Amino acid sequence: MPVTLADMRSAERTVDLRDVAALAAAVGIVGMSYGALAASAGIPWPLVVGMSLLVFAGGSQFLAVAVVVAGGAPVAAVAAGLLINLRHLPFGLAIGEVVGRSWPARLVGAHLLIDENVALTRSRGTGPRGTRVYWLCGASLFVAWNLGSVVGLLAGGRIPDPAVFGVDAAFPAALLALLLPSLRQADARRVGIAAAVLALAATPFLPAGVPVLVGLAGLLVALRPAQEVRS
Amino acid sequence: MSWPALLALAVGTYGIRLAGILLRDRLRLPERATRLLDLGATALLIALVATAALTEDGGFAGWARPAGVVAGAAAALLKAPFVLVVVLAAGVAAGLRALGIP
Repeated sequence: MPVTLADMRSAERTVDLRDVAALAAAVGIVGMSYGALAASAGIPWPLVVGMSLLVFAGGSQFLAVAVVVAGGAPVAAVAAGLLINLRHLPFGLAIGEVVGRSWPARLVGAHLLIDENVALTRSRGTGPRGTRVYWLCGASLFVAWNLGSVVGLLAGGRIPDPAVFGVDAAFPAALLALLLPSLRQADARRVGIAAAVLALAATPFLPAGVPVLVGLAGLLVALRPAQEVRS
Repeated sequence: MSWPALLALAVGTYGIRLAGILLRDRLRLPERATRLLDLGATALLIALVATAALTEDGGFAGWARPAGVVAGAAAALLKAPFVLVVVLAAGVAAGLRALGIP
């Protein structure tokens, strides 16, 4: 039977749905552990739920809980959280066009800009498929994260550490798998290796979130060959 | 944590996200600059992968997690479906921990 364009589109959609579901399941589990951890830290439930709804950035939410547990000032939690989330600005610069052109799309879409969504969307290109995946993935992860937070909050101490399920290994592996197609290009591979080395070297010395930003300096290795070609 | 702190974090994070998207729309960039922005996202995501796979609180994360990530990456290189990559990475890390390897 000949494969039509409609068949290909429907196959693409199935793959996209399946991949989004896998990410959403993992995000839901981590959301549960956030909810349970925040509740056990004595943070009132409206704040636990409100943070997942309004901040929607796992790394900074876990950090805020950790600061509370350590008895730190709220200002420190905010500053550290914003530092972690700073990487979303270059992410927006890189994939901003898939969000859409209208103001409602940009205003709502901005809230759905998280690491996993950026990685999945980039693997689908900047065309209509990228836009569809951005919204599908962003909305699914938002629901999964918030549902997970509430379930974790209600279940409290009965939720085991997500490390028991190995979810902490699932996220880097998922991001890496989504990055593989873009790493077929030599300049991207060089930049990636430099970024990983720089970020790892900086980790023992800098606060959470900053080593990732240091990794951005890996871009420097991409600047050189272009200049050589030009000269 | 208090409401003022939470709202400051929420507004700041949203502002960071919106700024990138709006800037992208405002800037009319040459092709080379667009490529660099794309490579910048690659750099940040790979840095995120490396630090998330190997480190925890500024130190080594233990062997189970990187082993799981390597298993997942190997599956991805062999063109395994994404779902399998995720499940395999989690399964290997969880299995090693069940065996007592942190």
